[in-house]
Amino acid sequence: MSTDAPVSTVSFAPVLERKFAGRARPEASGRGDVPTISVDPASLHDVALFLRDDPSTRFDLLLDVASIDRSKLPAEQLPRDGKRFQASYILYSTRRNEHLRVKAAVPEARPSLPSLVDVWPAANWFEREAWDLMGIDFENHPNQKRLLTHNGFVGHALRKDYEAGQRWLCTEEDILQTDLASKTETAEDAFETMTLNFGPSHPATHGTLRAVFRLDGETIVAAEGECGYLHRCFEKMSESHTYSQVIPYTDRLNYCSPMINGNGYARAVEQMLGVEIPPRARAVRVILSEFSRIMDHLVCIAANLVDIGALTNFWFLFQAREEIYGLLEACCGARLTSSYARIGGLSNDVPENFVEWSRRLLVEVKKQVDEVDRLVSRNGIAMKRLRGTGLVTKENAIAWGFTGPCLRASGVPYDLRKDKPYDGYETYDFDIPVMNDGDNYSRYYVRMEEMRQSARIIEQGLSRLPSGPVNSDDYRVVLPPKEMVYNEMEGLIYHFKLVFEGIQVPAGEIYSSTEGANGELGYSIVSDGSGRPYRIKVRPPCFPLFAAFEKMVVGGMVSDAVATLGLLNIIAGELDR
Amino acid sequence: MSDSKSARLPVAGQVVPPLGPGMPSTAGADFLTTKLDWLVQWAHSNSLWPIPFGTACCAIEFMSVVSSHYDLSRFGAEVVRFSPRQADLMIVAGTITDKQAPVLRKIYDQMMEPKWVISMGVCACTGGFYRAYHVVQGIDEIVPVDVYVAGCPPTPENLMLGIIQLQKKIQSGELARHREAKTLVPIRVGEDPRISIPAYSTGVMAPHRPGPPGFPEIPERAEDPVATGGPEKRR
Repeated sequence: MSTDAPVSTVSFAPVLERKFAGRARPEASGRGDVPTISVDPASLHDVALFLRDDPSTRFDLLLDVASIDRSKLPAEQLPRDGKRFQASYILYSTRRNEHLRVKAAVPEARPSLPSLVDVWPAANWFEREAWDLMGIDFENHPNQKRLLTHNGFVGHALRKDYEAGQRWLCTEEDILQTDLASKTETAEDAFETMTLNFGPSHPATHGTLRAVFRLDGETIVAAEGECGYLHRCFEKMSESHTYSQVIPYTDRLNYCSPMINGNGYARAVEQMLGVEIPPRARAVRVILSEFSRIMDHLVCIAANLVDIGALTNFWFLFQAREEIYGLLEACCGARLTSSYARIGGLSNDVPENFVEWSRRLLVEVKKQVDEVDRLVSRNGIAMKRLRGTGLVTKENAIAWGFTGPCLRASGVPYDLRKDKPYDGYETYDFDIPVMNDGDNYSRYYVRMEEMRQSARIIEQGLSRLPSGPVNSDDYRVVLPPKEMVYNEMEGLIYHFKLVFEGIQVPAGEIYSSTEGANGELGYSIVSDGSGRPYRIKVRPPCFPLFAAFEKMVVGGMVSDAVATLGLLNIIAGELDR
Repeated sequence: MSDSKSARLPVAGQVVPPLGPGMPSTAGADFLTTKLDWLVQWAHSNSLWPIPFGTACCAIEFMSVVSSHYDLSRFGAEVVRFSPRQADLMIVAGTITDKQAPVLRKIYDQMMEPKWVISMGVCACTGGFYRAYHVVQGIDEIVPVDVYVAGCPPTPENLMLGIIQLQKKIQSGELARHREAKTLVPIRVGEDPRISIPAYSTGVMAPHRPGPPGFPEIPERAEDPVATGGPEKRR
């Protein structure tokens, strides 16, 4: 573990100082963290406009709004300004390839910030979430109401004084009312249009998403999305578990590609600790992440094709998925919820025949993918259903906070594996498929192509899989081998400390991002120096996608909405957390 | 107890084994003797039409179970219906949150009798490791459950075992009585909307700690003469 002192890494600090002297200051950021500036709440809106429009900044993509309650920090870390809450806006510039965190602190007496919805439309749902869970009030927010919890809920669950086990009864009246439905009560609306409830128990909404459409004939004239039906309190739960105990929870965020979540989380904590993992562990993480990406895209395409009426492909694609499950099961013992990553490496080494097995598997998977490609990609019905529906322009995609395949289908070639390479992705030769139409067909075809590129990465990884250990030898992080525990005093002490106190992560903050199957998966972790995370905020790639769903479907048919929802690939586990 | 082997319908001129327990063997196919109840149960158990109430990870495993590799149709339970009115088996696959709870109950109420419920995975059975402010601690708070399938998520084999066990229970007629008694019980009692559950404490292996002070007393305890007497009187 190195001990380099935190320094400010903000590239545009002089401009910031000239424009907002004293009201916005660059802050020192810790090891591996993104550049940070701290802003006075009163000038937050002006600073936001500057950050978006100035040629030296150009932060056009709002990735996340993370909120934190600082009241239970240890005494020496308590904020000197005495302000209890803090919101952190995570920004990214697609033109300058740079991340930025903007912090604004508010006092408990009046926890209110200006809303940034007019600057970045993606802020809409993020701010609703921050109000729902942390109770930060956003002035001039167009629609500030509960998002993840239900209307019968009292209090703000992620505040430190909220008891984790305090539930509130939700009755049918609490969920069935929406503003949209009540608006149709005016006389002419009620005559001309009808309200259609779509979900949460609908096969195309995967049981957990809900939208209310107002229809004129079969055309959608207004829509409102709702989520939170799978809000199972990952962030609150992680605060009462050690860093290692959080890993199983991360698997259940995006359960279509659990390996990527675990790897991303482990890497975030490793960055905070300054631990390097051995080359073999890095290569295995890359290979299994890419297999997971293939699995995720398989489910997305298979389920979507079922939704638009093509059942046959489902059997083909799911067969390929079953084959990959076999490999994952051999590696970690579980088919779906793998918990394979460990902070400092992997839970155990891959099986002996891993390379041959993976090679055999790739042949099989490619065959199945090609078969579906031949069947669907030029299919007249599929073309008619997918071409030109669910259009998202490049500008809208950025403004709405899209990342991943959906952003690349709108013509923005942003992929963290190329732009901010991690785990040695810079050493692999692969391409980023990009399409410019921004319709459902592009989103489908980008995924098809990405599976082939993932296969290329896996082939390269297999051909040069290094030998050696899969775990770091830093025994403050990784459990020492049993021979050492039984025979040496130090080994026993390390083992005892790790099991009873957990990994001691130095106090600090990090935003660490990974290219998930759906887009940028970010972990904002705040540590108070103890064995448990003080606060974990996940930036789920699906969240902005589903927030934009209500805007994408307007003007189309109900059946187009189904195709659009399927190809956005909303995974409720990470959407609602 | 009959299994599916002995439950074949006779062909003309064939001697078939007894249809159901305690019944004579039938020679020839012009007639067969059985009990109506047994025949109905046999039909029910071998043509379950599931409605998947899938919300989370378990739903992905459920998709595996119905797709080509594991092929649930071998048990006559592959006709997945997304309308509760066409289904008689609800498989609750995934975490049920407080927000989802009224929806689940409504779907259950819309199903026609006879109906059965399989709770798939620990989240549906007990809330799993989500012991938290928005998660129902087991769907039996809301609907009666016939078979609990453990696992996080259960392997496909495990779910198939659950379905076989449900078939056996249906054939034995045990479930009908159990359900009649249970559906009449109101699912949630009381007017106070607060539900407190034991949360994970801050200790790694600490025991459950009680809820914060000021919570309503559980009614049974309040009526208990020993408890109302207070510690002084008991002494």
